[in-house]
Amino acid sequence: MTGARDEVLGRIRTALGPDRRPAPEVHRHYRRSDGRPVAELLDVLTDRLEDYAATVLRCSPEAVGATVAAALDAGLGVGWAPAGVVVAPGLPAAWRPDGVSEDDGRPAVGLTAFAATVTGVAVAVAETGTLVLDGGARSGRRALSLLPDCLVCVVETGQVVGGVPEALARLDATAPLTMVSGPSATSDIELSRVEGVHGPRTLVVVLMG
Amino acid sequence: MTATSRPPTFLGLPTAQRPSLPTAPRGVGHLRGDRSFPDAARDALRDGQLRANLGHATSTIRAKRAAVVGEVPDWEELRQAGKALKQATMARLDELLVQLEEQVTARGGTVHWARDATEANEIVTRLVRATGADEVVKVKSMATQEIGLNEALEAAGIAAHETDLAELIVQLGEDEPSHILVPAIHKNRAEIREIFLRTMPQFAEPGAAAELTDEPRRLAMAARAHLRERFLRARVAVSGANFAVAETGTLAVVESEGNGRMCLTLPQTLITVMGIEKLVPTWQDLEVFLQLLPRSSTGERMNPYTSLWTGVTPGDGPQEFHLVLLDNGRTAVLADEVGREALHCIRCSACLNVCPVYERAGGHAYGSVYPGPIGAVLSPQLTGVEDNASLPYASSLCGACYDACPVAIDIPSILVHLRAEHVEAQQRTTPEAAAFRALSRAMSSPWLWRLAQRAAGLGRFLSRGGPTLPVALPPPASAWTRSRDLPTPPRETFTQAWAREHGR
Amino acid sequence: MRVALFATCLVDTMVPQVAHATATLLQRLGHEVVVPPGQACCGQMHVNTGYRREAVPVVANHVRAFAGAEAVVAPSGSCVASIHHQQAMVLRRAGEHGLASDAEALAGRTYELSQFLVDVLGVTDVGAYYPHRVTYHPTCHSLRLLRVGDRPLRLLRAVRGLELVELPGADQCCGFGGTFAVKNADTSTAMLTDKMANVLSTHAEVCTAGDASCLMHIGGGLSRLRSGTRTVHLAEILASTEQAVTPHQATRPAVPA
Repeated sequence: MTGARDEVLGRIRTALGPDRRPAPEVHRHYRRSDGRPVAELLDVLTDRLEDYAATVLRCSPEAVGATVAAALDAGLGVGWAPAGVVVAPGLPAAWRPDGVSEDDGRPAVGLTAFAATVTGVAVAVAETGTLVLDGGARSGRRALSLLPDCLVCVVETGQVVGGVPEALARLDATAPLTMVSGPSATSDIELSRVEGVHGPRTLVVVLMG
Repeated sequence: MTATSRPPTFLGLPTAQRPSLPTAPRGVGHLRGDRSFPDAARDALRDGQLRANLGHATSTIRAKRAAVVGEVPDWEELRQAGKALKQATMARLDELLVQLEEQVTARGGTVHWARDATEANEIVTRLVRATGADEVVKVKSMATQEIGLNEALEAAGIAAHETDLAELIVQLGEDEPSHILVPAIHKNRAEIREIFLRTMPQFAEPGAAAELTDEPRRLAMAARAHLRERFLRARVAVSGANFAVAETGTLAVVESEGNGRMCLTLPQTLITVMGIEKLVPTWQDLEVFLQLLPRSSTGERMNPYTSLWTGVTPGDGPQEFHLVLLDNGRTAVLADEVGREALHCIRCSACLNVCPVYERAGGHAYGSVYPGPIGAVLSPQLTGVEDNASLPYASSLCGACYDACPVAIDIPSILVHLRAEHVEAQQRTTPEAAAFRALSRAMSSPWLWRLAQRAAGLGRFLSRGGPTLPVALPPPASAWTRSRDLPTPPRETFTQAWAREHGR
Repeated sequence: MRVALFATCLVDTMVPQVAHATATLLQRLGHEVVVPPGQACCGQMHVNTGYRREAVPVVANHVRAFAGAEAVVAPSGSCVASIHHQQAMVLRRAGEHGLASDAEALAGRTYELSQFLVDVLGVTDVGAYYPHRVTYHPTCHSLRLLRVGDRPLRLLRAVRGLELVELPGADQCCGFGGTFAVKNADTSTAMLTDKMANVLSTHAEVCTAGDASCLMHIGGGLSRLRSGTRTVHLAEILASTEQAVTPHQATRPAVPA
């Protein structure tokens, strides 16, 4: 194995030659921050999420619990069974509808028993309609937001940034990260997008503010 | 952004002195076709259904891409940053790979190095065998297609299940991929339905077929049902990687359907095969590529799912992670100062979608897993230009690919460069070379040139007074006159007439 | 201004009326036209087919032929693009550094016709008269290498009597591509067929462009179909007036059908 490693590295050095060209300077003249007011970013985020067939429910911080319940109404239909809903372990108590289960760390495939998941997010990107889950207590492990067919994500106002650069700056690169932009989709048939393949087919976002 | 605000496309030819390094070996993988591009294209062009499918799909995606690229005010700045970052990566590729290895290892992963396709296939086969599994689930990956991993696993008694919808269509149809992003782009919904009905066990029951219409959503649901159980039982997954961050050891897979997440999350063991050029130096650099890639590939502001992982995370996802770093001719490409820019490719396939040649001939005509303009510069360099000698000529040099490329790869200039590499590699003088040399001599000496032009004027005899030359000219003129008239040369050239009229 | 006309090898040999028209137009606008007798070819065909070494003497001849010219104008976007982007590099790669500098300087004084008219002379109405229904194909090298943009369209819009109709799929390559048209004749023909379908859908009498090579390709196809739609170079249209319709194209199309 060391043989292949040394040989590949040696080939690279040969390819670049003894007097290799210095790495060019990288000019980051693109937008790295977004000066728009928060209210506008929330509107953009809502617009972009809805463009990708996600449902967005806006609410005040006090009404999160009731709005999560409404989100589950939207995703599962009114009269959903609380036993079919699992939440991330760090989800604040006030956000949890009565009777739902917390992820108990069972083998991941066991999560298929649930119809819906409720999680928080680490950051949300307005311009691209993206929610980032970071594997932390509020986001939950990756399988949690993958296997149940309906995903409800709660986004706090302060978590919304304008563009991708601001989002990455807020994240821990070594965490298991999942960027979610709308429900599962495919463009593989005639290059036109249809929603719903292997990931959650329904995405409902509860957006504070 | 309008076309006129961009810097002009550049058809240049910097100088190059190239050390010779091993190219991708023959007999393994999918980088070489068994026919030349013109021969393969001739058949594809006669396939009316293929032409219709490609025309529909590429025009759809071109419009989507144009719309989402158009709404980004700093697209050109992102594009130039992407290009510079890739140049910076190549300039320090050895250091950065070592850094990546350190970071992945420090976080619980194992790094393997593969000189070529054969070695990579051996490594992956050995790793799968060690788990005791006899099947793997796969995330769509160009690198594993390139090395023919599925065939190698099959030979070792390991079933590889493709899980990307388009890859699944290709695998079930016993077909070949024809596009980087959408390998089944050459199939329309009706053809896909037929493949599913024929091959998916769920439709074997009498009457079950009636449930499946050719509506894309229904077809996607059928794929979900077909693969669900496989995902849940899989113990080993094999993936590629869109990016790897040297600074942190983070790997990234960009996808849409969630099949990638299934593979990257549920199995106990994850094996990622990645070309050595897929690196970016720092975490921050991803902010550029995660903007460039989705808008260029599927024409979306952001793809539905991007997974980023670093080594192993206890309690979340695979607990065993192997990263296989693949050369397979890439260092040979790196050795060419002009051609190395092809290694900047982020596999978005925008160049395929805008290419008039690709749109008509389709991906199979290129004979490699990398079709289209980028394939025409990448495949011949990975294999050595003589093993794919017709590909650099499979372009009208219209330049649409360069304009569309999110990292500004000057594909036309590399095509021209590779044509020269091919010409200069010939040991014997071909009739074409003899003709071009004679023409060169004539065109560099005014009096010889006037003589040659007069000879062209003699073509008037061939036309026997007709306005166009006869259709039945000998080759290579016949290649023109089969479909196009050729005007009869005038009695007198412009420069002759001017000299006569102005007393020179 | 004293303008040196680079006819280009193709125009000079096959469609001289295009160079005549260019000269006529420039003279009508009050400029002196000279035709350096040593000119032959820009070298593009050699370079783009892979004969970059063989291109060196061709390029050198071009640089010598036009040495000292104040401004060079060519009725070909493709050749001017090659002069701008390839000539100096071909010479430099061959170690001809002095000549490469000359080539670079010459490129800076070399213009495609529509660029010269609009940018250097500052005219869009050249006083032309052309009573025909015309569609314009923006050839790839004019469009993407030279970025001539809408200059040709602005010139055409100012032509009296001319009815300009938009060409669908205009930015798509016609399939010429130099030796591509022969080496990949089938694919080239498929591209040509789609271009012709778009041209014919406009019901234009004339398809025009700034490149004689692409026009020879499109015109050759239209002629083979006996379509009746002909190709006429932009220079010929701009050279036409009520008093003097360019004789060649008035009596016979660029590619006679």
